[in-house]
Amino acid sequence: MALDAYQKREFKQVGTRPNRPDGVDKVTGRAMYGADATAPGMLHAKVLRSPHAHARIVAIDTSAAEALPGVKAIVTAADFGVPEDAFLLDVQDHCMAREKALYDGHAVAAVAATSLAAAKAALNLIKVDYEVLPHVTDVDEAMKPGAPVVQAGRAFENVPAGMSENVTHHCEFGHGDLDAGFAKADHIIERSFRTAATHQGYIEPNACLASVTSDGRADLWVCTQGQFFYRTLCAAILGMEASQLRVTASEIGGGFGGKTMVYMEPVALALSKKAGRPVKLVLTRDEVFRATGPTVSSSMDVKIGMTKDGRITAAQARLRYSGGAFHCGTVDFGAQAAFAAYDLEAVQTLGWNAMTNRPKESAYRAPGAPLSIYAVESVVDELCQHFGLDPLAVRLKNAADKGTKSSYGPTFDQIGLKATLEAAKAHPHYAAPLGPNQGRGLSCGFWFNFGGNTCVSLSVNTDGTVGVTEGNPDIGGSRASISLMAAEELGIPYDKIRTIVADTSSLGYNDVTDGSRVTFAVGLATIKAARDAVQKMCSRAAKIWGIDEDAVEWVDGAAVPAGPNAGKFPPMTLAEIAAVSAETGGPICGHHEVNADGAGVSFGVHLCDIEVDPETGATKVLRYTVFQDAGKAVHPSYVEGQMQGGAVQGIGWALNEEYIYGADGKLQNPGFLDYRIPVASDLPMIDTVILEIPNPGHPYGVRGVGETGIVPPLAAISNAVSRAVGVRMTELPMSPPKLLKAIEAKG
Amino acid sequence: MVKVLLWGTLRSAADGQAEVEVAARTFKELLDELAARYPGLEPQIKRGVSLALDGKIYREAWFTEIGPDSEVVLMPYMTGG
Amino acid sequence: MKTIQVSTTINGDPAEFICTPDETLLDVLRNRLGLTGSKEGCGTGDCGACSVTVNGRLVCSCLVLGAEAEGAEISTIEGMAEGETLHPLQRAFIEHAALQCGVCTPGILVAAKSLLEKNPDPTDEELRYWLAGNLCRCTGYDKIIRAVQVAAAEMRGA
Ligand code: FES
Ligand code: FES
Repeated sequence: MALDAYQKREFKQVGTRPNRPDGVDKVTGRAMYGADATAPGMLHAKVLRSPHAHARIVAIDTSAAEALPGVKAIVTAADFGVPEDAFLLDVQDHCMAREKALYDGHAVAAVAATSLAAAKAALNLIKVDYEVLPHVTDVDEAMKPGAPVVQAGRAFENVPAGMSENVTHHCEFGHGDLDAGFAKADHIIERSFRTAATHQGYIEPNACLASVTSDGRADLWVCTQGQFFYRTLCAAILGMEASQLRVTASEIGGGFGGKTMVYMEPVALALSKKAGRPVKLVLTRDEVFRATGPTVSSSMDVKIGMTKDGRITAAQARLRYSGGAFHCGTVDFGAQAAFAAYDLEAVQTLGWNAMTNRPKESAYRAPGAPLSIYAVESVVDELCQHFGLDPLAVRLKNAADKGTKSSYGPTFDQIGLKATLEAAKAHPHYAAPLGPNQGRGLSCGFWFNFGGNTCVSLSVNTDGTVGVTEGNPDIGGSRASISLMAAEELGIPYDKIRTIVADTSSLGYNDVTDGSRVTFAVGLATIKAARDAVQKMCSRAAKIWGIDEDAVEWVDGAAVPAGPNAGKFPPMTLAEIAAVSAETGGPICGHHEVNADGAGVSFGVHLCDIEVDPETGATKVLRYTVFQDAGKAVHPSYVEGQMQGGAVQGIGWALNEEYIYGADGKLQNPGFLDYRIPVASDLPMIDTVILEIPNPGHPYGVRGVGETGIVPPLAAISNAVSRAVGVRMTELPMSPPKLLKAIEAKG
Repeated sequence: MVKVLLWGTLRSAADGQAEVEVAARTFKELLDELAARYPGLEPQIKRGVSLALDGKIYREAWFTEIGPDSEVVLMPYMTGG
Repeated sequence: MKTIQVSTTINGDPAEFICTPDETLLDVLRNRLGLTGSKEGCGTGDCGACSVTVNGRLVCSCLVLGAEAEGAEISTIEGMAEGETLHPLQRAFIEHAALQCGVCTPGILVAAKSLLEKNPDPTDEELRYWLAGNLCRCTGYDKIIRAVQVAAAEMRGA
């Protein structure tokens, strides 16, 4: 059996809830985040941003700003090359506008000065000559022929001829005969939906400290989900060799996908290079909203046919996503995920991406999936209402299972959807009574998950303790989970292990902390690195005992002779072997490098009760329960935390969060006052039910859990609200004014 | 010969077929063969594809072995948040 | 800009600093005094990551001028533990996983401590409204509410 395949076992430490290693630092204010570092001679940088949604940059005059005392460097697009690679060029253009400013807030110049005050004053002295162009911020408008063209000539070969130049990408998935399927239905519902773009809303604004020296070496301290990927991008944009740029990930104050992409880091490096001094660049919240992050905005049509006993006969979705002013493939994921929870004979999803004058989309937990699944789950719910069927029973009846040909192609292996639905059905929440103006909603959710490039190095110290070096920033307690898995495998107490996150010069390449990959892939590499060390320790013990290496095995943290023929020796513990490692051949380390696959897809079901105030349109979430398959919950507290955090982000998306653009194409709410994320008083406790259906592709059965949790809330809330007010809601967010309008229109 | 399922958008580049047969023992051979046989697929293959082999999704992994009866589905390259 | 000299007490110790008239207390703490435990999430009073107390009152330090701190007693996250001994709230946050990324944690701890000093036995509802000015994007607040209640019970000797 392959080493990475799941093997049933009794866990001793995995599944417990020890304190996290970075806990004390974080509750005492000692933890160092992106904006907390300083360097000798450090300059402060500020970015000048376009006040226009779409404008040609005719000329930039920086002379007056350069003359200001304290100003040490100014950069514009002219300080960067023009990368050949289209993706890299987009990344760079997003960091610094080249010929056109493509959205309100697009960077056009940056200043480094001896004080923040001087840098701000210098921004006012930079003269930019703009030729304002017509703009488009709405996805449906952008797809119309004759819409203002955001960027010309960017369409992939897969875009059908005759579409607006803004359409960059088209996709289609599915199987079966749609017409025949719809013909079999007793009722067909077709509806259109719209969702607003939202922001990841991490509380720590993007921040970095760049230092480039005259010999061409550079250091970058930055809050990022992936120091290695940032190195790749920054080195390529600045024309540096990867070995000369060391990127260190600070503690990270939230990311959720939003810190998987560079926004101003190459600019800080360019400023530092030009000024010959370290440069710190911290975005303001306003800049975070205007120039980083958001998700796609969408417009979607879903058509589903059902028999009167609740069997879906055919399903179709048309998804129009906009990932801002650049190329964006997120609609692929939305289209593949849309019907993943269902076992369907005939299904088709079509997707298009259109450019608009908005900032470049960044990943946000299960990118693309919450929207399409929101639309699908809304129509399923409405069909249940139409036939008077129980929505859980209908989902169970149509649920994908092992052996189902998925709506995106592959046949599912072991999946936890049915078990998750059964758990929801059996839960007291599902049977609890509802009061007036209250509604209950539910939704399934799905995400692919993946593994990816991962290196782990593990060192056995001579005092019997162990250091684990991994390369993925710890967003939500992953160091604790990694330590637990190392402890489990080595058979030593959790407290004897310290896991750290390495900089890019200390370890091989690691993919970004995304795709719910860390506990799965880094966990897998940690287990294998531990097994590598164990093998070496067994061989040392064998040498000491003078027996064959194969005659030694590892039991409960010690080498023991395997079987009676191996000879009689008392067990040698890890500490005992480590203590004499110098004498027996030198330091003992284990390591593992892999591009992990087999992450295993993840399903979740959310159940929620909502009350709507018919006078104001305000909603209150009364009760919320999350059911999700974690494969194996390594540190259950942080698994619950992922499920609760994802659910609440989804609740925010459903009820309040949105990018609001004015007719002038400017973002009208770039702050936490007007972009309202859920606060403590908006919410009830978020109950969680963790299911553990082992992932066959991981030695402990672990599945990623980070992303699926944001998928179901959109429809769960919308279904609850629709049932509470008796009107089918088809647009997110369902903010009080919109909801009130819908209630009043119903009369 | 292995059968490879293409997603909808790719079918126009493969003479409208939803499923094509190619001689390949590994992921790499499969991609090379597809690109050679259907040049229209090359841009997408260059941008990145994932491969689902008997339900398990692989993102790169050139040397992943494909059995003659394996279910092989081409998918867009996976990323996440 | 002319600077102002300010004398204060921070976490029980005398502290002197100079600042410009438009400099916030948060900037002074972070940039002049090296107390980077207070975080800037917004700079506009909307996130609570910069919460400190001034003369016992909970404030957003991004909305207070450094110059206003003259003669005041300021408490920040750095002064919450007594030496090696963590405050019960700090301990409860670690033990009950009430933080994920932890960037909101200093502000939430300072705010929660300030509530428990006034109201040692808050209901969940009171707690949720008190903490409504402290944004947390990671946890969904569930474990934060539970951890504060655990600490409150411990502090009451219950
Ligand atoms: S930084 Fe002060 S409230 Fe956000
Ligand atoms: S723990 Fe990340 S914002 Fe609260």
